[in-house]
Amino acid sequence: MKNTSKAFKANKTAMVLLILGLSTIIFPLYLTIVIAFKQPSEMTTSISGILSLPKTWSLNNFKEAMQVTDFWNSLRNSMVISVLTVVLSVLIHSLMGYTLGRNKKSKFYNFVYLFIVSGMFVPFAILMMPLAKQTAELGLANWFGVILLYVVFYMPMNVMLYSGYLVNIPLALEEAARVDGASTWRTYWKIIFPIMKPMHATVAVITALAVWNDVMTPLVIMAGSSQNTLPLAQLNFQSQFGTNYNLAFASYLLSLIPILIFYLICQKQILNGVVNGAVK
Amino acid sequence: MKNENDRKRTFMLITIPILALFICFNTIPLIRGVIYSFTNFKGFGKYDWVGLRNYMDLFTDGRVGKSYLFTIKLAVVTTIVVNVLSLILALGLNSKIRAKGFFRGAYFLPNILGSLVVGYIFNYFFTYILPALADMAGITSLDTSILASPNKAWIGVMIVCAWQAIAMNTIIYISGLQTVPEDVYEAGGLDGATGWKQFRYLTFPLIIPFFSINMVLCVKNFLMVFDQIMALTKGGPAQSTESISFLIYNNGMSGGQFGFQSANAVVFFIVIVVISVAQMKFSGSKEEQL
Repeated sequence: MKNTSKAFKANKTAMVLLILGLSTIIFPLYLTIVIAFKQPSEMTTSISGILSLPKTWSLNNFKEAMQVTDFWNSLRNSMVISVLTVVLSVLIHSLMGYTLGRNKKSKFYNFVYLFIVSGMFVPFAILMMPLAKQTAELGLANWFGVILLYVVFYMPMNVMLYSGYLVNIPLALEEAARVDGASTWRTYWKIIFPIMKPMHATVAVITALAVWNDVMTPLVIMAGSSQNTLPLAQLNFQSQFGTNYNLAFASYLLSLIPILIFYLICQKQILNGVVNGAVK
Repeated sequence: MKNENDRKRTFMLITIPILALFICFNTIPLIRGVIYSFTNFKGFGKYDWVGLRNYMDLFTDGRVGKSYLFTIKLAVVTTIVVNVLSLILALGLNSKIRAKGFFRGAYFLPNILGSLVVGYIFNYFFTYILPALADMAGITSLDTSILASPNKAWIGVMIVCAWQAIAMNTIIYISGLQTVPEDVYEAGGLDGATGWKQFRYLTFPLIIPFFSINMVLCVKNFLMVFDQIMALTKGGPAQSTESISFLIYNNGMSGGQFGFQSANAVVFFIVIVVISVAQMKFSGSKEEQL
């Protein structure tokens, strides 16, 4: 009993500090929102002019920002790239993880496993110049090429996660199906793939977050395609805002909204996925 | 036996195309990068072999040396700052508080936001808000933008990197703290281990695996820093914040130094591998001792 009363005292200090600490996260977001809604005339040089609430909550900045950054096209590209990458990653990486995880005793498969997983150490910096050339040569300097590259880049991490998860799945399950005459391919899709669902969630979350926010790959690969992802549009149109910070901030807020909505809806899955991906 | 053959064939049929894809877009570009590093390729047109010339030039190139110093300084300082702050934050979020779920969700928020846009928002903050606040408070050393000062711009980059990384490291520390059973604290409490002593001798040794994960994550991410540089400084002022990745991108892709920056990238690759392997060896040996 003595222990619990002590803990209760400690938690009040922690609460106060945590609430204060939260201001470091809320302030930049508050700044973004109020500036995004204001008119340039409201932005007096004094700090209070910048930080006060806007006089009217007009959506005009957002309309204009959408035009300047070609928002809907960029959003569509980002969505297509993210969704397809996640789907392909779950299908291909789980299959590869399964194959390599179930053949740990074979020298060949063990080598393939190490070969793929060691790809984690290869920084994008060394691949980017040759890849820019190679994708151009192959006619892949577009969103499709970017998806292919993502499937390759996230393969080491995801294959490691999947084949690690496979240790928990007893071989007996597959053997039973095999005795019933089901082929390995069928057994995989009917039995193993559904059982790996928790790992699919983890892989989907970490891959989706990484792809959605990535700047470098589309910047290097899609530069000549006149297509943009959301982050790439921010980079390419940044100079067009000039000193109209209200317009710039409206476009920042627009590009943050989709991921914020996603986070509000699947916060629990995202937190679990990120922790699983890092700790496993 | 038919089953066994089917299994073998299926595995092989799965492996070959996926492995081919991996080799095509990871191994081959890697090899091509190494090959380019021995040439004077500009990114277009003809080129000649120059042997080890690029590598020798790397060590005498002031700009490259500066970018390594900047990147390593940024990585070391940010890693320390991030780990100290996120450990404190994790201890707070793991203590008995109300609205735990809300706090954890809120503190993780920075990590899901795109670092480029976060960088732009902080760019404005450092350029306009911070100087104005410093002016009001009478701190003259901060009344101009820190991003405009070659000595202070790296601090701005550090703050933005830390703001996002703390979110990630904190939830990893929290999941570590949750693995520490309650009775360890009770037993420790009987022996007089409370407060700092409890943390130093009970909690921290038990979460060392999570500490290692965070160290590896931090060092690797900060060594490869790119987005934040693009958004905050574009390498300036006076090339004081050029990270290695930024320099390779900037001079290699559009600066006509394709071959030379390929050599830089090869060295960078080796540095990353050496640091990663050393970290894994080090944290592996630490865990065994416990």
